[in-house]
Amino acid sequence: MRRSESARKALSWFWLALGMLYFFLPLVATFLFSLKGRKGVLSFAAYANVLADPQFLKTFLFSLEMAVFTILASLVLIVPTAIWIHLKLPKAKGLMEALSLMPFVIPPIVLAFGLIKTYSKPPLVLVSSPVLLVAGYVIISFPYMYRTIDAGLRAIDLPLLTEAAQILGARWTTVLFRVALPGLRASILSAVFLCFATVIGELTLAVILAWPAFGPYMALVGRDLAYEPAALSIMSFALTWGSIGLMQFISSRGVARRGRGHRP
Amino acid sequence: MPRSQALRKAGSWLGLGPFLCFAIAFMILPALSILAGSFMNKSGAFTFANFAHLARQNIVASYRVTIELSAVTAAIGTVLGALVSYAVVAGGLPKGLRSFTITFSGVASNFAGVPLAFAFIATLGRVGLVTALAKSLFGIDLYGSGFNLYSFWGLSLTYVYFQMPLMILTIEPAIVGLRREWREASESLGASSWTYWLRVGLPILTPSLLAAFILLFGNAFGAYATAYALTGGMLNLVPILIGAQIRGDVLHDPNLGYALALGMVVIMLAAIFLYSSLQKLASRWQR
Repeated sequence: MRRSESARKALSWFWLALGMLYFFLPLVATFLFSLKGRKGVLSFAAYANVLADPQFLKTFLFSLEMAVFTILASLVLIVPTAIWIHLKLPKAKGLMEALSLMPFVIPPIVLAFGLIKTYSKPPLVLVSSPVLLVAGYVIISFPYMYRTIDAGLRAIDLPLLTEAAQILGARWTTVLFRVALPGLRASILSAVFLCFATVIGELTLAVILAWPAFGPYMALVGRDLAYEPAALSIMSFALTWGSIGLMQFISSRGVARRGRGHRP
Repeated sequence: MPRSQALRKAGSWLGLGPFLCFAIAFMILPALSILAGSFMNKSGAFTFANFAHLARQNIVASYRVTIELSAVTAAIGTVLGALVSYAVVAGGLPKGLRSFTITFSGVASNFAGVPLAFAFIATLGRVGLVTALAKSLFGIDLYGSGFNLYSFWGLSLTYVYFQMPLMILTIEPAIVGLRREWREASESLGASSWTYWLRVGLPILTPSLLAAFILLFGNAFGAYATAYALTGGMLNLVPILIGAQIRGDVLHDPNLGYALALGMVVIMLAAIFLYSSLQKLASRWQR
């Protein structure tokens, strides 16, 4: 019995170590590789080259702008819809679940194809407008966005809180801004970071719709240079780590707080 | 009375209006336009010819290699991800490792596309660090012995980097749901560890494992950016073919592109259908 337990532990260490090796070896190797930008010495020359390239800042700012618009559009579209469903139309939950599977069924490359075909001829020509790119991003991030907000709503029991607020004489605007949104703060923030991480380095839609975004810029750098792509990769990993790490920190804290609050 | 009730019901559906309009305009209509386009010829008349062209040798080959790549990386990701997930959840390791693994998996499953391709090029490319180290330290010439990052297996190795973390995230709830009582009960009835896994643990986990496998399959099947950045279109995957079709019309027939895309959607639909039925099966054990 004892022996089987320690054997299990040893095996667990083995699989975890194997996984860690697989995940950290490329990161460490890429980092070291990125330091070889100047011959013979280890330096941050590759990083300096990347940062000095005006295209870097230009494309990054463009993607940042698209990310901000995507986040705003997603929040405006999805948060009120999710609140509405929880309060007035629980029947629509199935429909939303089905819709949130759609972006999985239509991969980004197919979505881009369809968007071009639909919006390159009258009545509505949008292919040369960033509106189409942002709309595509909203669709791509919709499943994660909706699920995060939906989980947040499940946790606060909004119908009950609304009823309580209304008994106390609150109007629906008060309910929305003083009850629902503050209760959802943690999930909205997580959704924002997830959305940011998705959009900032996105390649497929940006390449197909021909926008000078950060993802296509990185791909272009990779075609011509050796050490700069490694530097970009490390910077991009740090960015992903920052946004997803923050997101998980926020949502785990939110859950912990709620968990304490609900205990009798 | 019933009339005002009906009115209120209609009114509550109206609240979904803005979102539904958006979803129809930018998700449903584009999908339908692909469907329509795949049944049309260049001049817009109805035809089945595009589907006949799908039987061309190079297209069949590209579907096959995409399906193989997705299946292989999903299988490796499923097995390794489940083992790592079990190790950190129930393997008696320090508690902090579990939350670290989950956080890291969240990051790594989002670390796909161009930067991931760069990381593997810097590591295992022709002049990559590990390639060079293997040569100078152990005298192993990776590329001389047949390894190539820009090949099927090289791409598979890269895909596993985002497949395995997705598996860890997906399977963790099911592994947490494996109750200790079940193991204790089977042990007190004299079962060995093997018997427990063969007769209790794995049968309970099987629906969850299969569902996760299908999720991973779809995840790889739709991936475009990683393959685009890594192989530069050398490997004839279906997403790459569709991308080339939109950008440069290498197939000289745009409607064939729609049929290609529709083929992808059909495979994804089958995957998602299997996935949700397996999820239902798996939820019996989760409480």
